[in-house]
Amino acid sequence: MKILVCISHVPDTTSKINFSEGDTKFDTAGVQFVINPNDEFGLTRAMWFKEKQGASVDVVNVGGAETEPTLRKALAIGADNAIRVNTPATDGIYVAKQLAKVAREGGYDLIIAGRESIDYNGGMVPGMLAELIGANFVNTCIGLEVEGTEATVVREIDGGKETLKTGLPLVVGAQKGIVQESDLRIPNMRGIMQARKKPLNVVEAVEAGTHSKAVKFEKPQPKGDIKLIDPDNLDELVNLLHNEAKVI
Amino acid sequence: MSVLVYTESEEGKFKKTAFEVASYAKGVADMLGTEVTAVSFGAQSAGDLGNYGVSKLLKVNDEKLQKFNAKAYADALKQAAEKEGAKVIVLSQSANAKYLAPILAVQLEAGYASNVVALPEGTEPLQVKRTAFTNKAFSFTTISTDVKIIGLSKNAFGLKENQTQTTEEDFSPSLTEGDFAVNVVSVDKAADKVTIADAEIVVSGGRGMKGPENWGMLEELAETLGAATACSKPVSDMGWRPHSEHVGQTGKPVAANLYIAVGISGAIQHLAGVSASKTKVVINNDPEAPFFKAADYGVVGDAFEIVPKLTEKLKEFKANNA
Repeated sequence: MKILVCISHVPDTTSKINFSEGDTKFDTAGVQFVINPNDEFGLTRAMWFKEKQGASVDVVNVGGAETEPTLRKALAIGADNAIRVNTPATDGIYVAKQLAKVAREGGYDLIIAGRESIDYNGGMVPGMLAELIGANFVNTCIGLEVEGTEATVVREIDGGKETLKTGLPLVVGAQKGIVQESDLRIPNMRGIMQARKKPLNVVEAVEAGTHSKAVKFEKPQPKGDIKLIDPDNLDELVNLLHNEAKVI
Repeated sequence: MSVLVYTESEEGKFKKTAFEVASYAKGVADMLGTEVTAVSFGAQSAGDLGNYGVSKLLKVNDEKLQKFNAKAYADALKQAAEKEGAKVIVLSQSANAKYLAPILAVQLEAGYASNVVALPEGTEPLQVKRTAFTNKAFSFTTISTDVKIIGLSKNAFGLKENQTQTTEEDFSPSLTEGDFAVNVVSVDKAADKVTIADAEIVVSGGRGMKGPENWGMLEELAETLGAATACSKPVSDMGWRPHSEHVGQTGKPVAANLYIAVGISGAIQHLAGVSASKTKVVINNDPEAPFFKAADYGVVGDAFEIVPKLTEKLKEFKANNA
């Protein structure tokens, strides 16, 4: 089985978010970049398929040279090859079209992408990619097994989960649950050394248009002062929730 | 030309989010000088949809579409959009809507903006405000395609009454075998529990609860309020509570009217995930906990004493206001 894992290069979850150039650009100063957490859950599941079922695992990122350390980390975790499509990740459809070309040329059976990136939160690339290449698609994937050409996928739904059956090729939108947090791997020294020698192929972008553009950013208004309530006077809290906040 | 809205229902009844997306679609239609057409899978009649500005309801009553199927629903919505000449399609951000939206976007060559929180700021070009960086910021996004899809965040717009005469029409999309290549074999869903996605109120516990055996008091508080229960990341990582209850940046976002955090210190990732909630109450014995800076109301003290007392007070309140 040939697996492709799509990797987004995103600010670490602890990052404070700031903007520059008149609030039109994300300010990367002092920001640590990591593998998008949803992608990392997917990559870790791909490692399982590699170790238990002999799958090969490629990783791909659409982005400039600054994203290569993130791809190297994916190689250190255990991916076999990395591909970087050398172009900025402009919008969802643009990225999906770049990935579609890589997917078609590589003839992958299974493509795993995080259900959304934690920076732009578009939540659209996996579904668009599947539709562009005519693959089956399951989103919010929290369980994945493949036997031959048949896949069993568990999808998180609002208030529960459902189990689906489908065939390959398949694209899944992965999230926590496809593996557990404790299954995530920290690359060891051997992995890091090997990753330096593994192929990281840079390919040029295909011509593709965009559909949307983030023209400006804004930070949420800071919260007003908190009202503290005496633990011996909880009637006041009930009163405030009813009469002031009007939520009960 | 019209604004098309995908209205979700459960067992033949519209969900509350259906009325919210309809209200929003009516707002967009007014800006564009057009009307709202709703599409429903499984609803027998328009019911209350007319209260929220829907002029026309397309009823899809295909046996094969009784149960949600992302690809087939997207295909049906595409055909409805083409039939109505819709330029804007509005849908919720339920798990199902988020699943089908990107498929529909490719089929219609439409630009899609997810997590939208307000009516468009302008229509030439269409510009919407959406959350980004997992609620740590907003992004103003323009969509340049002819057809546009807007995914509306829950509770961001609310219900706006707008009495409208709704005409009903049966709609039978033509479906292909390829629409049914992914099939549900089983569903595991607690029928009697309020889900985090649907809840107006969420009661959430953190490490300060000391262990899974202490969750009974949170469940009782939640039950009193008709709330869903949730938890912080460490709690789900330690296996005290299921992952489906983990809220925060890598878990579920919460956009409730009231979010009550008990024994949660308020890591930046957690605060981001719950920031779309309207009113936040924090109960914690550490007055230095970061959550106190992000909440509306706070009680400093021992959760094990405060939570049962609060539950009693709320029961009294409910009894007096029933």
